[in-house]
Amino acid sequence: MEARSVLVGEAVRRLSPVRTIAIAGIALGLLACWVALPPWTVRTIGVPLALGLAGAALGLAAVARDERRLGLWAITASVGGTVGALWLQSQDSETIDSVLTAGLIASTLRFATPLAFAAVGGIISERSGVVNIGLEGMMLMGAFFGVWGSIWSGSWVVGILMAMVFGGLLALVHAVFSIHLLADQIVSGFAVNLLALGVTGFLYSSIYPAGIQAGQVDRVPIVNLGFLDSVPRIGDFLNTVFGSLSLLVWVMFAVVVLAYVALFKTTIGLRLRSVGEHPRAADAVGISVYGTRYVAVVISGMLAALGGAFLSIGFVGTFAENMTSGRGFIALAAVIFGKWRPGWAFAATLLFGFGFALSIPLQREADVSSSLLATLPYVLTLVAVAGLIGRSIPPAAVGRPYRKQ
Amino acid sequence: VNERRVPMLDVLSRWFQSRAGGVLAPLAATLLAFLIGGLVVLITGENPLRAYKAIFEGTGLNWFFPWLDDIERNAAARDLQQTLLVMTPLMMTAAAVAFAFRCGLFNIGGQGQYWVGFIAALWVGTNLSGTPRIAHVALALAAAIVAGAIWGGIAGILRATVGAHEVITTIMLNWIAIYGGTYLFELEGPLHGASPSLPRSDEVLESAQIWPIWGNIQALHAGIFIAMAGLIIYAAVLNRTTLGYEVRAVGYNPEAARYGGISVAKNYFLALAISGAFAGLAGSLDILGFKHAVDTSDFATNFVGFTGIAVALLGRNRAVGMFLAALLFAALQVGTSSRQLDPAVFDPDLATDLATMIQALVIFFVAAELLVVYIWSARRHLRVRPAMVEPEVRA
Repeated sequence: MEARSVLVGEAVRRLSPVRTIAIAGIALGLLACWVALPPWTVRTIGVPLALGLAGAALGLAAVARDERRLGLWAITASVGGTVGALWLQSQDSETIDSVLTAGLIASTLRFATPLAFAAVGGIISERSGVVNIGLEGMMLMGAFFGVWGSIWSGSWVVGILMAMVFGGLLALVHAVFSIHLLADQIVSGFAVNLLALGVTGFLYSSIYPAGIQAGQVDRVPIVNLGFLDSVPRIGDFLNTVFGSLSLLVWVMFAVVVLAYVALFKTTIGLRLRSVGEHPRAADAVGISVYGTRYVAVVISGMLAALGGAFLSIGFVGTFAENMTSGRGFIALAAVIFGKWRPGWAFAATLLFGFGFALSIPLQREADVSSSLLATLPYVLTLVAVAGLIGRSIPPAAVGRPYRKQ
Repeated sequence: VNERRVPMLDVLSRWFQSRAGGVLAPLAATLLAFLIGGLVVLITGENPLRAYKAIFEGTGLNWFFPWLDDIERNAAARDLQQTLLVMTPLMMTAAAVAFAFRCGLFNIGGQGQYWVGFIAALWVGTNLSGTPRIAHVALALAAAIVAGAIWGGIAGILRATVGAHEVITTIMLNWIAIYGGTYLFELEGPLHGASPSLPRSDEVLESAQIWPIWGNIQALHAGIFIAMAGLIIYAAVLNRTTLGYEVRAVGYNPEAARYGGISVAKNYFLALAISGAFAGLAGSLDILGFKHAVDTSDFATNFVGFTGIAVALLGRNRAVGMFLAALLFAALQVGTSSRQLDPAVFDPDLATDLATMIQALVIFFVAAELLVVYIWSARRHLRVRPAMVEPEVRA
């Protein structure tokens, strides 16, 4: 009994009145948007406006009492929620129904998969102390060599292996330059991206001068879980979301979990993190700083290449020059957004994936310019980075080359 | 073994920096990159010397050779005009990267800042008809500079206040500018031009076009002097003003600068805003002097801002260095373009990618001076063994 009251007391102390105000503000902001959606479908302007104003007021109150971060989030949620609700109200409910479907969740997962692979790779590399802005290039290598291996051998398995080998090789170049040659890691990463762009473009134009026909590529199979349909009540929903995902999406789930376990629950992970936090100390207790960093960077390249391979042989079934179009950088934002933790970074990739996924039905149903909607994931990333990054602390030795003594 | 090797490398590296590093390292890096590029050409079964010769002739740099006859000279002049046209904005996008670099920031956002400046200048240039030419051009340039400064300043403010890393924010701002720009000029976009079927802007009014100075079609324009003046301003601000001193101090050691009473946050903001201003100026030079109108497809195919990063790195953030590096990369781009390069000698599709690879290799080798030092020491090692010890002893 006494223990319980202590626990409650602790919870109350952490949930100071100001924080409660701010959290209530966020909830009101979300509520303002929600009332315009199907279960309620309120069609008067007053309701979301009132809720949004109340939420913003609570947010302002919190900001004034020095709870700046949560307060700003409350204001953002309230403004966004109200605007969203007003926009939703101007659409008829059928349009909204066809935008917000279970298929949207499935499509979010598909967009998040390449990002999540690359983000986990980025976490492993940066946890070991090597900044990897070359993720983009490594994804591109994976995308090209996945297609190449798949066409050459007629099997997607070889495609995946090729992607990982060449993604790893490019990562090895980055590793040599940033570990042994003490190059600026950001500059080296930038060069990696440029090199991948040149190499894949060069090979693509010389091997496939006529482009790649659909059907030439053996694609990663889709895992059919038709039995989900028979689950009572939510079967239909489950089947639409999880019933026909690519095998690589499931691999991605496994990779996220594995990375978490490996980094935070094993000795190897502890060593890797110590190299990223304090290489001198790690060296002193006999951990090979260079060896650990090499392995980490190469693994990150292989994972990023898997993400790229998902784009090419898992998703569209072909290759186009520069087809990753900045996804490696979004993955990098997810790494930082997720505070260098696999689970949180995965959550961030879901958010960005949702941005990508939402732009498709929005464009179809609401007749908004596709180019304008294409900015959505980037704006989202910018807002997210601006709002949260201030508090996320990178591994202490990240970006600094280590010199043995 | 390591205990002996690394200090020796340090000494060599220091010697290299002080004696020859300034010029020799970038030169060696460039040579090495072209050498590897030549190997790539060799693998495809072509003759690298022939390919490089064809690329060189496409750049128009042979215009300077005294032995050309009139016809050759005219052809070379047209090519050289192209090269200088491409070089003009490159000098400024390079300055955009270099200025932030000197403050310890990596501005990858040159491309986005370039587009924002481009669009601002285009908007001023297609409106305000009846303005006298000199005022119109000046207004358009100023608009572009301000727009670029704002775009860079967003990243600057985020870095200065919440600490958001400029690499991430500037990349996001790039994509927002690229897709946002596409939106503005697409068929139903707000700034779409008069053409009913093409996703294209209106032409810049004649009163806002920068004066052509050399050639007839796609002539070289006076913007190249503006860009060169920009480089001089870049060097002067950095080396001769309090602002430049503070920017460099923060770049050298933010903690020490803060201790010395310099506001790090303020300088982060200023450095990125000024960087953005340079890139914005680059955009305005391109639209007012060269392109005169924009197609939505241009947004996906123009990499002036990214190439600027390579130029700044190769030019070691020095005005003269960036001038030469801009010339090199502009020549490489023009020489490998499908308009200049004979497909019988080397497929231009491949050549543009080859140029990208060479660019990447140059950056690698410039970034890793130590590699050059390794090769340097290996060379000495091969020739005379005892000489190797000497610089070590003296130091």
